[in-house]
Amino acid sequence: MTDKISLAQVHKSFASKQVLRGLTLNIEKGQSMVVIGGSGSGKSVMLKSILGLLTPDSGSITIDGQETVGLARDKRSAIDAQIGMLFQNGALFDSLPVWKNVAFRGLQNEGMSEDEARQVGTQALRRVGLGAELLDLFPAALSGGMHKRVGLARAIAASPEIIFFDEPTTGLDPIMTDVINHLIEDCVQDLGATTLTITHDMTSVRAIADKTALLYKGEIIWHGDQEALDASEDPFLHQFIHGLAHGPIEVEGQQLETALAGLES
Amino acid sequence: MTALATIGRFFLGFFGQTGQLAIFISQTLAALARPPFYFRMIGQQMLRIGYFSLPVVALTSFFTGGALAIQIYYGGNQFNSEAIVSSIVALGITRELGPVLGGLMVAGRVSAAIAAEIGTMRVTEQIDALTTLSTNPYKYLVAPRVIAATLCMPLLALVADILGIFGGFVVGTQSFGFNAAIYVQRTFSFLQFDDVASGLIKAAVFGFIIAIMGCYNGYHSKGGAQGVGRATTNAVVSASILILAANYLMTALLFSS
Ligand SMILES: Nc1ncnc2c1ncn2[C@@H]1O[C@H](COP(=O)(O)OP(=O)(O)OP(=O)(O)O)[C@@H](O)[C@H]1O
Ligand SMILES: [Mg+2]
Repeated sequence: MTDKISLAQVHKSFASKQVLRGLTLNIEKGQSMVVIGGSGSGKSVMLKSILGLLTPDSGSITIDGQETVGLARDKRSAIDAQIGMLFQNGALFDSLPVWKNVAFRGLQNEGMSEDEARQVGTQALRRVGLGAELLDLFPAALSGGMHKRVGLARAIAASPEIIFFDEPTTGLDPIMTDVINHLIEDCVQDLGATTLTITHDMTSVRAIADKTALLYKGEIIWHGDQEALDASEDPFLHQFIHGLAHGPIEVEGQQLETALAGLES
Repeated sequence: MTALATIGRFFLGFFGQTGQLAIFISQTLAALARPPFYFRMIGQQMLRIGYFSLPVVALTSFFTGGALAIQIYYGGNQFNSEAIVSSIVALGITRELGPVLGGLMVAGRVSAAIAAEIGTMRVTEQIDALTTLSTNPYKYLVAPRVIAATLCMPLLALVADILGIFGGFVVGTQSFGFNAAIYVQRTFSFLQFDDVASGLIKAAVFGFIIAIMGCYNGYHSKGGAQGVGRATTNAVVSASILILAANYLMTALLFSS
C-alpha cells in the first residue's frame, strides 16, 4: 500500500534547541496513526512541519508522493485543500461567530452561500455533539471544551482526506472524550480519511489507533499496532503508557530523578 | 560583552529587520496585485480605520488651526494681520499640519489596534489556522488594512484641512474681530490646488506606513501577551518616526522643484 504521508529524516531546531532529530514516520492511506510522547517532545512541531507552517532544516516530507519541503504556499493549494487541522488550543477566529469559523474554507474560498454555510456549520456541530444554538456565538463565549469541539467541527467540516488532531480530547469530560474518539474512528471508517492524532490519553490510543508511534527526543523510537503495543517490552514505551516517574525517559529541562530526590529529602 | 559586540549586534538586528520588512512589503504588494480580493474586509476596515478616526483627526486639526492663528497674530506685526493670519493658517494646515498631525494621531490609534489584533492572531495560532484553511493571510488580513488606510488617510486629511482652517477662522473672527467674509475670501484666493493636493498625497503615503507598520509588527510578534504589547509599542513608534521622516523627504521633493 502506498503511503499517504511520509516523513524521512526530518530535522528542525529553534536557535540552538534541536526539536526534531531525524524523525521518520510513514502513514498509510486510510490509516489512523496516533503519536504519543512527552510534553515538549516536538509533536506539535512535527504537525506544523507537515502542514508547511514550519520549514524543516533538512529531511523530506511527502504527501501523496509529492515533496512538500520547500514548496511555496501557492504551489501547495491542492494539498492544503484536502487537509483538516485541529490546533492544540483550537485557534478559532475570535472575530467571527461559530458558524463562520466552521464553514470558513467554503465561505472564503469556495463561494459558499451563507445559507449553505450555516447548514454545513449545523451538521459539523452535530457531529461533535454540539447544538445549532451555538452557531451565532463568538468563540469568547464558549467554554474550553466547547472551544475544542468547535475547532474539531472546523477541521472535519469539509470532509477532508487527511485530518490532523492535536490533542483532541484534552480538557473534555470522559463522556465527551468517548464521543470524540468515536468521531475520529468514523472519520477513518466512513470518510476513508487518513488521520494523525496526537494525544496523551491512553484510552484514546486504544480506541482509535491503527498504529501508534512514540516520539522521544525528536525521533520515533517505537512504532507498531495495538497488539505490538500490548506485547511490547520496550522500556521507554512501558514507562510512558503506564505513566511511571521512574524509567529511562528523561524529562524535559530537568532530571526527574533529581527532582524526585529533592522532594523526598 | 564588549561595546563593539553590542554595536555589531544592533546593526545585525537592524539590517535583519529591514530585510524582513522589505520581504513583508513585497509579499503585501504581491497580494494586492492578484485575486482573490476580500472586498467585505476592505469595507470593514475602511469603517474602522477611516470613519472612526474622524473625531480624533477633526479635533486635533481644529485646535491646531486655532493655536496657529494666535501665534501668527501675536508673532507678526499686527498690520494687515487679517491677510497674513488667514493665508498662513491655510498654508500651514494644508501642506503640513493637517496631514502630519492627522497621520500621527491615526498612527497612535490605528497602528496600535492593527498590531494588537494581528499580533494576538499570531500568538494564538489563528494565522496558522488561516493558512491551513487555504487563505493567504497577506490577502485576508494585510491587504484590506493597507488598502483601507491608504484610501482613507487622504479623506481624513481633507477633513483635517477644513477643520484646521475653520479653527483659525473661529479664533480670527471671535478673538481678533476679523471680518468673516474677508477672511474666507482671503483664504480661498490664496490657497492653491497644489497646496491641498500635496498634503493629500502625503496623507496617502502616511496611511500606507500606518497600516504596514501595524501589520508587520503584529505579524512577526511572538511570545504571548508580552510580545503583543511589544509589537503594539513598536508599531506606533516606528510608524510615527517613519511618518515624520517621509514627510521631510516628500516636502523636500515636492517643494524644491
Ligand atoms: N516557534 C517556536 N520557537 C521556538 N521554540 C519552539 C517553537 N515551537 C516549539 N518550540 C519548542 O519546541 C519544543 C517542542 O514543542 P512542541 O509544541 O512540538 O511540543 P509538544 O510535543 O507538542 O508538547 P505538548 O504535548 O506539551 O503540546 C518545545 O521545547 C518548544 O519550546
Ligand atoms: Mg503540542
